[in-house]
Amino acid sequence: MSNSVHVYDARADHATVTAESPLAYSFQRSGMPASGEASGEASGEKSRAVIGERAFLGHLILRGGAIVLDEALREVLGVGLPGRPNSLTVDADGQRSVQWLSPDEWLLIVPGDETFGLETRLRAHLGGAHVAIVDVSAGQTLIELSGEAAHEVLMKSTVYDVDPHAFTVGKGVTTLFAKTNVILRRPDASRWELIVRRSFADYVYRWLLDAGEEYGIGVARESRHEPQ
Amino acid sequence: MFHIYCPYCEELREEEEFHPKGEAHIARPEEPEACSDEEWGDYLFFRDNPRGIHHEMWLHAVGCRKFFNITRNTVSYEILETYKMGEQPTVGAEHLAREEKTASVQAAEGGQQTVGASDAALASVKGAQA
Repeated sequence: MSNSVHVYDARADHATVTAESPLAYSFQRSGMPASGEASGEASGEKSRAVIGERAFLGHLILRGGAIVLDEALREVLGVGLPGRPNSLTVDADGQRSVQWLSPDEWLLIVPGDETFGLETRLRAHLGGAHVAIVDVSAGQTLIELSGEAAHEVLMKSTVYDVDPHAFTVGKGVTTLFAKTNVILRRPDASRWELIVRRSFADYVYRWLLDAGEEYGIGVARESRHEPQ
Repeated sequence: MFHIYCPYCEELREEEEFHPKGEAHIARPEEPEACSDEEWGDYLFFRDNPRGIHHEMWLHAVGCRKFFNITRNTVSYEILETYKMGEQPTVGAEHLAREEKTASVQAAEGGQQTVGASDAALASVKGAQA
């Protein structure tokens, strides 16, 4: 039964601890080149690729039977599980997404402050069903890549075919990126998302800065100030 | 690099994402306690190393992280099929025997003798699977 599982709110909202994004130190140490977009700096040219971190989102791993989970998720969140391998469904306002990871595993990403409530409601709805829900929010972070040359930066880094015609909107895969694991996905036509392990976030960030140098890669500053 | 078809992801992926995990279809003895040391040793340590068709397990390590099976020609490295865990291969040693008959010239040119696909080898592979 679900009440035998100890569920607790992993977020420190109510605590006095200041949370740092996995890239906070990287931004200081490796710098944050201006994207030349938001600030409209006269000196810098417009970046052809822009990095942005969306930290402190809620990442939940759902495991179990597709039918049971799909039903619970539709009821609780109004979004169904993606039916096809390597696909992604995003809700109407683009804030919540479910991605296929393997035949019995999905990644659910929601705004950070909804995580605990959602997990509780899912568990209540699933009752004693044979499923697992794991909050992995603290273990990974989401890096966004946008701009006209975003796919070219990706092409330099991953063996997967990221040609925009082959990697269509609504696709998401787990693959190798610069020798490390990433979940790579395309929620809409203008953005790519990379979900990386927290411990690899600095490495991936520095790789992106280096790989994107020729496209004048910049960092979107506003995106890291997520309300905590 | 190979492109390997993952039956769970339902698409071709780079070889880099996979790990080979050895011979497939090895059944654990029903009653380990009743096994002789030799039988248990065979089950645990001894693997076939055929020249020709080999059914083996692979892991899609960077991807869906599922095990699946590959039928591979150890001479040409050709991957003949991939199939999910729990399924049976549709390609066996008779595939080689057939290919040997139809494409004997090519085989000779490529310097690949499909000796392993003789009737005796075919029988032995079938015997091993049974």
